[in-house]
Amino acid sequence: MLARRIIPCLDVAGGRVVKGVKFLDLKDAGDPVEVARRYDREEADELVFLDITASHEQRGTIIDVVSRTAEQVFMPLTVGGGVRTVDDIRALLKAGADKVSINTAAVFRPEFVREAAERFGSQCTVVAIDARAVPGSPGKWEVYTHGGRKTTGIDAVEWAARMEEYGAGEILLTSMDRDGTRDGYDIPLTRAISDRVGIPVIASGGVGNLQHLADGLTAGGADAVLAASIFHYGEYTVAQARDFLRDRGIPVRPRTAVPAI
Amino acid sequence: MSPKSAAIGVVDYGMGNLRSVGKALESLGFPVAVTSDVSVLDGCRGVVLPGVGAFRDCMDNLRKGGLLPFLSDYLASDRPFLGICLGLQLLFSESEEFGRHEGLGFLPGKVVRFPAGMTEPRQGGGERRLKIPHMGWNRIDVTLEHPVLEGIPSGSHFYFVHSYFVAPADRSVVAATSSYGIDFTAAVASGNRLAVQFHPEKSQSAGLRLLSNFGRLSREAG
Repeated sequence: MLARRIIPCLDVAGGRVVKGVKFLDLKDAGDPVEVARRYDREEADELVFLDITASHEQRGTIIDVVSRTAEQVFMPLTVGGGVRTVDDIRALLKAGADKVSINTAAVFRPEFVREAAERFGSQCTVVAIDARAVPGSPGKWEVYTHGGRKTTGIDAVEWAARMEEYGAGEILLTSMDRDGTRDGYDIPLTRAISDRVGIPVIASGGVGNLQHLADGLTAGGADAVLAASIFHYGEYTVAQARDFLRDRGIPVRPRTAVPAI
Repeated sequence: MSPKSAAIGVVDYGMGNLRSVGKALESLGFPVAVTSDVSVLDGCRGVVLPGVGAFRDCMDNLRKGGLLPFLSDYLASDRPFLGICLGLQLLFSESEEFGRHEGLGFLPGKVVRFPAGMTEPRQGGGERRLKIPHMGWNRIDVTLEHPVLEGIPSGSHFYFVHSYFVAPADRSVVAATSSYGIDFTAAVASGNRLAVQFHPEKSQSAGLRLLSNFGRLSREAG
């Protein structure tokens, strides 16, 4: 049986890991390559680097981070943030990324997702959706861009279905209402999108404890759970998360019994 | 015959992430040549055919790069060979991905898509739709002894990402299976050749074990 995935996320700015609440108040939290190595030792199932570098001059730093990570860590690596052109994707894949995540650029020009999928394959084309509940309309969520700052008026569930049609191989779904709150994933949102699309959905935004991961996978129906701060600050290891999920009957990867050499 | 190099050749035909498999082998102490040059590949002790992307594009790129005759000869020679993902699928006669396309035809059989509408029981009742691509870590069951699978028991987990799988006409080449809605072939082997549907270069210690086995086989038999 396919294991549900546990995915630590590293927000990277100017080549350093940072963490803030709702994309604000960023704090320096270490060297991404070192942090990636730690998650590799803990046998995380995948890693996500989200490049939130603001200044144009520092945009190249993520390529170097990906390249150094891919030399030392042999696990699936997704990179998102500022992916706007086919050349951006090619550069990230060449540096050693396995998947790239497209967000704002997909909203501006959905054809970009189709071009990416046709050129590089759906398997490496992730569409990231930042969604927020529409006030006064239960069961409705809207797509936001620019790190959650700009509204688009697009329905998030319809958007996910459209991105699947355009060739997305996976949806990385972040609740902007929950991101940084530690109140847990937006379960109705996660379930609505996971039920709607036939591609895997990664739940993101709001994890404060291990029960939240379990909820995302069961009630939320997600295929994978993404979390940043609970792993980053050492509250829980990935191994603890895996044991917790296994004890609740959720299929996860067993701790490996195969030594590398 | 070209002069022997100590390297393992990774066939570069302009697709996907070729860096990872090379880096993984290098991290294990095996020199690597990532190249599209047939004479360099022919001098290597072992050849890895990686691959991501679409079947037809890969075949087109191999053809344009003049690599098809080399691969056919190399496969026929029983020198150490490792196919990964599309590098497994390309060994077969044909694929139904985006129409019907001919492969290398080294093994009889087809590359087919996971059927739509597969489900599994949902925790707490009901059915859960199985997503395609099959993406993530899944267990393999080893069905054939092979030096490249040494030390990798059934139940080991590897990282998969694919929507198509191989259906060999001759089941005796099946070296490992996995299950996603249906049972499918996770690896085939014959002689010094092994090809896998999963990504050893992305499968942490289990994957590094497989690559290290391949490196040693290449050193000994290549």
